[in-house]
Amino acid sequence: MHNFYYFATGPLAWIAFLVFIGGSIWRFRELLELAKRKDSIVFEYMDTKFALRSIVHWLIPFGSRSMKINPTMTVVTFLFHICLFLTPLFVFGHVILWKENFNISWFTLPNAVADLMTLIVIASCLFFLWRRIKLPDVKYLTTPLDFIILFIVATPFVSGFWAYHQFPGFATMTIIHIISGEIMLMAIPFTKLFHMFLFPFTRGYIGSEFGGVRMAKDW
Amino acid sequence: MSNYDKWDWDTSKKKVADLSAWKEKFPYIEELRVSHDGEKIAAIVKNEDMEFTVCIQSEGNDPETWENSYDKAWNLQFTPDDRLAALVSDAGEWKVSTDDETWENGYDFIWNMKFNSNGNIAVSAQKELLYSVVNNDTPWENEFSRLTDMVISPDGEKTAAVVESVPVLESEIFKFRQGCYSIAVNGETWDKNFMNIWNPCFSDDSNHIAVSVRTSYYDYYIAIDGETWDKSFSSVWEPRFSPSIYSVTAPVKRGGKWYLAKDGEIFWDRPYFQLWQQFYSPDGTKIAAIVAPEFGKWTMALDNNPWEIRFSEYLSDPLFSPDGNGVACLFKDKGKWGVAVDGKAWDCLFDMVWQPVFSNNGSHLAVKFKKDGFYHIALNGNIIDEKYDDLANPIFSPDNSSILVRGLQGSSYNRKVIKI
Amino acid sequence: MSEYKSVKEIEKDPKKNESKKIEDQGILKGLEQLTPEKIEIVINQVINDETGARLKVYVDTCVHCGMCSKGCHFFLSLNDPKFSPAGKVKQTLWEILRKKGKVSTEFIKDAATVAYTQCNLCKRCAMYCPFGLDVAYVMSVMRRICHKLGVVPLYIQDTAHSHSATMNQMWVKDDEWIDTLMWQEEEAQEAIENLRIPLDKEGADIFYSVIGPEPKFRAQLIFQAAVIMNAAHENWTMPSMPGWDNSDMCMFTGDYEMMERLKRRHFESALNLRAKRIVMGECGHAFRSVYDVGNRALAWKMPPIEVVHAIEYYNELFEQKKIKIKKKFDRPVTLHDPCNISRGRGLHEMARNIVKATCAEFIEMTPNREHNYCCSAGGGVINCGPPFKNARVESGKAKAKQLFAAKAKGAEVVIAPCHNCHGGLEDIIHHYGVDMELKFFGDIIYEILELPEL
Ligand code: SF4
Ligand code: SF4
Repeated sequence: MHNFYYFATGPLAWIAFLVFIGGSIWRFRELLELAKRKDSIVFEYMDTKFALRSIVHWLIPFGSRSMKINPTMTVVTFLFHICLFLTPLFVFGHVILWKENFNISWFTLPNAVADLMTLIVIASCLFFLWRRIKLPDVKYLTTPLDFIILFIVATPFVSGFWAYHQFPGFATMTIIHIISGEIMLMAIPFTKLFHMFLFPFTRGYIGSEFGGVRMAKDW
Repeated sequence: MSNYDKWDWDTSKKKVADLSAWKEKFPYIEELRVSHDGEKIAAIVKNEDMEFTVCIQSEGNDPETWENSYDKAWNLQFTPDDRLAALVSDAGEWKVSTDDETWENGYDFIWNMKFNSNGNIAVSAQKELLYSVVNNDTPWENEFSRLTDMVISPDGEKTAAVVESVPVLESEIFKFRQGCYSIAVNGETWDKNFMNIWNPCFSDDSNHIAVSVRTSYYDYYIAIDGETWDKSFSSVWEPRFSPSIYSVTAPVKRGGKWYLAKDGEIFWDRPYFQLWQQFYSPDGTKIAAIVAPEFGKWTMALDNNPWEIRFSEYLSDPLFSPDGNGVACLFKDKGKWGVAVDGKAWDCLFDMVWQPVFSNNGSHLAVKFKKDGFYHIALNGNIIDEKYDDLANPIFSPDNSSILVRGLQGSSYNRKVIKI
Repeated sequence: MSEYKSVKEIEKDPKKNESKKIEDQGILKGLEQLTPEKIEIVINQVINDETGARLKVYVDTCVHCGMCSKGCHFFLSLNDPKFSPAGKVKQTLWEILRKKGKVSTEFIKDAATVAYTQCNLCKRCAMYCPFGLDVAYVMSVMRRICHKLGVVPLYIQDTAHSHSATMNQMWVKDDEWIDTLMWQEEEAQEAIENLRIPLDKEGADIFYSVIGPEPKFRAQLIFQAAVIMNAAHENWTMPSMPGWDNSDMCMFTGDYEMMERLKRRHFESALNLRAKRIVMGECGHAFRSVYDVGNRALAWKMPPIEVVHAIEYYNELFEQKKIKIKKKFDRPVTLHDPCNISRGRGLHEMARNIVKATCAEFIEMTPNREHNYCCSAGGGVINCGPPFKNARVESGKAKAKQLFAAKAKGAEVVIAPCHNCHGGLEDIIHHYGVDMELKFFGDIIYEILELPEL
């Protein structure tokens, strides 16, 4: 058990970060290469001003009509994404690890807040699950992989919450927490989780087309 | 332009006509036409009975109308030998009229008047919904259910057009795919049919015809006298014959890029985003074409070497100088027009510019252009002479010493010979 | 036959969209000539040679969230997941990419139906997907594959053939075109003596181009345009030879080689006449083909000559006071924003300026401007003809509701500055019993125009 713990927090963590960073770089290079070779025209129409204009509108809650007519989804998505990023970065338990291992540290979230944020992520995942099962159009689009991804994202938070509150079996949960977190990290470049990195480009491109050529808004 | 060397190259200025007299006389005047030698000016007008006729005036004479008048007249042009030709109709019958004499044969409609350099005239014609071509008043023996893209051979003896050789009804899409179009030369079709045919083009000796065809949605070929090249391409543009030997070039598309092909093989191996309007030097040894080496950037390529300069919008009217040493074209860049010669752009930019003209020795280049609402002539990049309200293209004298300027100033139409 | 009398009745309609059997000869007979091998070769050729990062990113990035559903009027009208934008991708390119082109003829049949008749390529969904994924582009790739396979709905394939043989959409012969112009010129001389439709006039300020159906079915529009041009004392021209048609069904069937040929001819017609700019009649898809799609295919970043849609042109006429009106059009109007010129070119505010300048009372439809609903006819869907008409009209239910709502506020006339929209809205108005009158801006301006004194 202890050995495994050290493996998970040691070598596996290194591997996870390497795969995440290396994989992401590789994905980007791959796409850039392909774009240069076969879609070079896309670059001709990219326009920083209009790309940013679009991205900004879509990063502001209710900044687009789409968000306005889907209010629940908008609130949930924003909260979810904020909590998804901030919690692991600023939760005390993680920062302390950085401190111990690399002697660097930063601001940490009060535990109650971190708890709440974790619950938000979990609740959001349940909401997404509900959508995938209950909303006919979302259900139609959903593939088994989508459930797996949802599971990959939810697990570190559920297990983290469990471990932190020292519910029964929390030691195992801690290991599950670490490993699932690492799996999620490694999954990013190779699954739809990569969408977070592609967002600025897809949004920026359509924003450039709408702004520069079509002279219309795209939000 | 016949008798070109016998034109008056000495009189520096003639006032050929004062158009205020026309305006008093006619309630309706169409666009003015000026003869190549500049001695005559004409236009379609309506006479006092509100019928269409042609008014014409030359120096020292009063404006005169044709004796005949018509229900409708259009497409008035001076032929290369400076006769006046128009398409006219009376009681629903259309004829060609040259210098107020109509052809014998009449049709339900005629259009697309074409000349060869001697002034032979051909038109496309429709009678009782059947189509043919009429060359110097002689119609083809065969008629077709559809006809378009008519061309006349350099010697004027032949006419050719794309025709529907197998009548195909609208909505017969599978029959259409089998090929229902052919080329008719003097009314005789090739024995092969294609799904589509475009851009018929005669060889300089008038003996051959090259066209672009497609036999399926993805097999485009160049066909010459009914035989296609061996290899197909994903698209092709207009074929051109070499002026000196029996050889054809055409822009062809492969793998999303354009190349120049010659006699069926890729000839310019450099891929372009676009390539068209290839043209030969008079002796046939050099080829140039309009190309886009990068997306959205245009230039001229001479024997597959693109000029360094790039233009953002458009390139047109490319030509070699008569000695084959210079290449010129028009360009449009950021909304303005200009002239480029041998890879360099003239400094001056225009609102609009017309086909450039080289002098016979190739040492001068002149254009007609428009700026701020007036027309001017530019010679080698410098504006010469005055401004005009309307202007015909400049013509160099045979000895390259002067330019013929045919222009309208106020209501007077003047013919000027300007020494260079 | 009108089916509904109000919005409520539409809402209450228990009838769900039953997927109807496709009886299109272009598709069915086209399929007969296919083998699985041929399908695989063609698909992979298109995917490998003609698409790249864009398609890959669009398909990979989609998180299957369904935010785009409400962006699509098909989904809003039919409430069937198959009609959500991403749902259409699922039925086409997902499957094709997953199976690397090894799909059955049956699959191609359905995919062709989805791509050609269940998407108007209106790009509204790109404004609803958080990632701006362009489903219209994906549908165009599917159409391109179908075109190369020869599986295209008969009616639109026929118009594409017409384009290739005549350079216009309606099999109009060279002489018929000129004859129509001369006839319209004569008619218009009743309104303005000695009015002209100048043919092939070099150096004109305006090269006026129209779509194939104008000379064929709506010649009075040419007449009206001629009257307006003459009243505004424009230096304008129309070409006598092929190149006059700015429309483009080849762009919609996926025949891009033909699209290139058409656009080149159209641009060169105007440029060879040394025209300053092209002014186009009230058509949306033609504008898209000239302003956005066709020019790119020919390697022009933007069109080589300024292209001006009728809305922009009319707006200019009023702004520069080039024409005068007798009085304002006095029946209450509403305005349909055609996708290709609002979402496609941002002309919606200019359209409102024209309404203000010409009409006494204006009632907005909502949503509007960039967020308008397509008429369900765009993207070549109406050109797929009678076999798909019922399905098309049903997918216009969202539009019908909008129209009813505008009508409830008093609107009697719908202005739709696009030919396709006219066709689509006409069918919707008739089918749902909306009972409103359809007009072009040209109709209204012509009606209230003060003719110049002679
Ligand atoms: S482009 Fe328009 S019709 Fe097609 S899926 Fe998107 S919203 Fe629907
Ligand atoms: S909104 Fe975008 S990401 Fe979501 S399902 Fe639709 S296309 Fe995919």
